[in-house]
Amino acid sequence: MEPTLDLRAALRDMILARRVDTEAIALQRQGELGLWPSMLGQEGAQVGAGSALRPRDVVFPTYREHAVAWCFGVDPVQLLGLFRGTTMGGWDPAERGFQLYTLVIGAQTLHAVGYAMGIVRDGDVGTGDPDRDRAVLVFLGDGALSEGETNEAFVWAAAQNLPVVFFCQNNQWAISAPFSVQSRVPAAQRASGFGFPGVQVDGNDVAACHAATEQALAQARAGGGPTLIEAVTYRRNPHTTSDDDLRYRDAAENDHWRDLDPVDRLRTTLLESGAIDDAFLAAVAAEEQELAERLRTGCRALPVPSHDDPFLHTLHTMTPELARQRDEHLAFVAAGEEGPA
Amino acid sequence: MSTETKNQAMAHALNQALRDELDTDPKVLLVGEDIGELGGVFRVTDGLAKDFGGTRVVTSPLGEAGIVGSAIGLAMAGYRPVVEIQFDGFVFPAMNQIVTQLAKYRHRSEGRVSLPVVVRIPVGGGIGAIEHHSESPEAYFAHTPGLRVVCPSTPQEAYALMRAAIRCEDPVIFLEPKKAYWSKGPVDHAAGAAPREALDRARVAREGDALTIATYGALTATALKAADELAAEGTEVEVIDLRTIAPLDHETVVASVRRTGRLVIAHEASQSGGIGGELAARVQRDAFFELEAPVLRVTGYDTPYPASRLEEEWLPGLDRLLDACDASLAY
Ligand SMILES: Cc1ncc(C[n+]2csc(CCOP(=O)(O)OP(=O)(O)O)c2C)c(N)n1
Repeated sequence: MEPTLDLRAALRDMILARRVDTEAIALQRQGELGLWPSMLGQEGAQVGAGSALRPRDVVFPTYREHAVAWCFGVDPVQLLGLFRGTTMGGWDPAERGFQLYTLVIGAQTLHAVGYAMGIVRDGDVGTGDPDRDRAVLVFLGDGALSEGETNEAFVWAAAQNLPVVFFCQNNQWAISAPFSVQSRVPAAQRASGFGFPGVQVDGNDVAACHAATEQALAQARAGGGPTLIEAVTYRRNPHTTSDDDLRYRDAAENDHWRDLDPVDRLRTTLLESGAIDDAFLAAVAAEEQELAERLRTGCRALPVPSHDDPFLHTLHTMTPELARQRDEHLAFVAAGEEGPA
Repeated sequence: MSTETKNQAMAHALNQALRDELDTDPKVLLVGEDIGELGGVFRVTDGLAKDFGGTRVVTSPLGEAGIVGSAIGLAMAGYRPVVEIQFDGFVFPAMNQIVTQLAKYRHRSEGRVSLPVVVRIPVGGGIGAIEHHSESPEAYFAHTPGLRVVCPSTPQEAYALMRAAIRCEDPVIFLEPKKAYWSKGPVDHAAGAAPREALDRARVAREGDALTIATYGALTATALKAADELAAEGTEVEVIDLRTIAPLDHETVVASVRRTGRLVIAHEASQSGGIGGELAARVQRDAFFELEAPVLRVTGYDTPYPASRLEEEWLPGLDRLLDACDASLAY
């Protein structure tokens, strides 16, 4: 199968998604966000994988898949709500099949497996109809490989030959734990023990990530079962804006990976081959400015939920005791807002 | 679908409820360890795989997190999974999925996504089982907002509540009292699913005006026995089957206590942090001036569940319940 990646579009996506990331970090510094998990350096892996999706596919992300969200059409302003504290989710997962971010490491791998079971039951696998066949793409980190739930997900996906692609971004670190703490073998090698293919790709090569994901998704949609993709990359920023990465790793390591930066690399290649020119880059830069502006105003305009909100969305219908607790709470809040007598 | 009233064991009533829901709604499916050919270790799913096929009654790999976690994904994909945890003591590997995922998704999606998952768990002791096979974990679930916790006491209740649970848009932890699996009672299949409100409401199992006993699950039968004995002495006891532990219908209990002035709460689970404490707190809040005696609790002790040779004394039984009633009446 010939990869279908449009490299100019990929470069644009990577640059714009990176801008989402850098703006979010700036917003965190300004006190507008409580926390931000940066994906700097992982754009190649994420845009590579995200651009291989079709509209009917479903994505189960962790909390760092900002560029995948971008590729799948999730409004980047909505990514900010969870980190600004205005929502526990932020978007409608049913709208595009981009599920909510998962903070509990590994939990989403099993949701992906269950969703894939649903796709099989719906008969939406292996029909040969490109408008019908679907697959699930689930993201995980190298740390998640150690969770029992991830390993259960591998067992289930294998035993039932499910249309699910596990995309592991091995960014070398799980907060302060290096990959060697999680595994003695490359992540991709794990798959064979479970009975399905594992592929290792250069995570900073967007074309390679795209090709591997596209092939794995095609295989899954066709009824060929699961694949584990290990995209070897690097998290260049601290784990989150609260982390101090210099306590556990050497700045020289970071320098090494900066030289392998996926965005710089593609830009240089495309410039050298004449596929893009300065005008192209200027146009993308203008888009970046617009995007940054939209993020800044959009972030500040994110609606603060009402005090009612948690009560309304706890159960499908409110129980009398919860209604009593709500009334008590709303009265308490109202009294506080009136200020001291 | 069967239509007549039958005298049936709770396990069979549950089987019929699952069968009727599988029949009614093609999106319903059952997943669990050994639930297919074997019909589950308690045979609650007996014959269902044969009749509905292995894709609707699925024997899963051995992994509780996988069972609940994949049910979440199935529900996201539009299915209504009813999953079986083989024994109460083995639900803990799935606690992460239940507490951090299943219970919270409605809230996180601002009400957009419902996860209509039923987690069936055989619970409780008194059947001479070995370690990890006699637990009462209901308080863990009841403490987690976003979950419903149901525990039937009779075959009829089991049948009607199971069907209601499967139709409910919320995740339901459905606790099946093992000790009651083989006790029989009339079941009216024609009545179908209990109305959804039944999942919010306690049931008055026997009326009386001298004292209220509030309990649920297998202990309901014991409470009714105690009421019989006290009635022989001329004391009419009201027995309330809580039926659902979350939401906890304290209002029915409060209304009863306003008339009787006395409340004894009974549950098998250990006392500290149990449902009894929550109920007692609410009753004293709402019926403080009507109480003639302190609210008393008859519960399992705050110890690990004992070896089965000791369970008869450890569990709240008829004698301990009668003692508590006497103590309450003596105030
Ligand atoms: C079950 C669980 N345990 C611990 C944590 C705390 N924690 C948050 S992120 C993280 C590291 C995850 O590393 P990895 O899976 O490699 O993903 P990355 O952050 O590198 O993208 C840890 C330990 C958690 N969120 N969930």
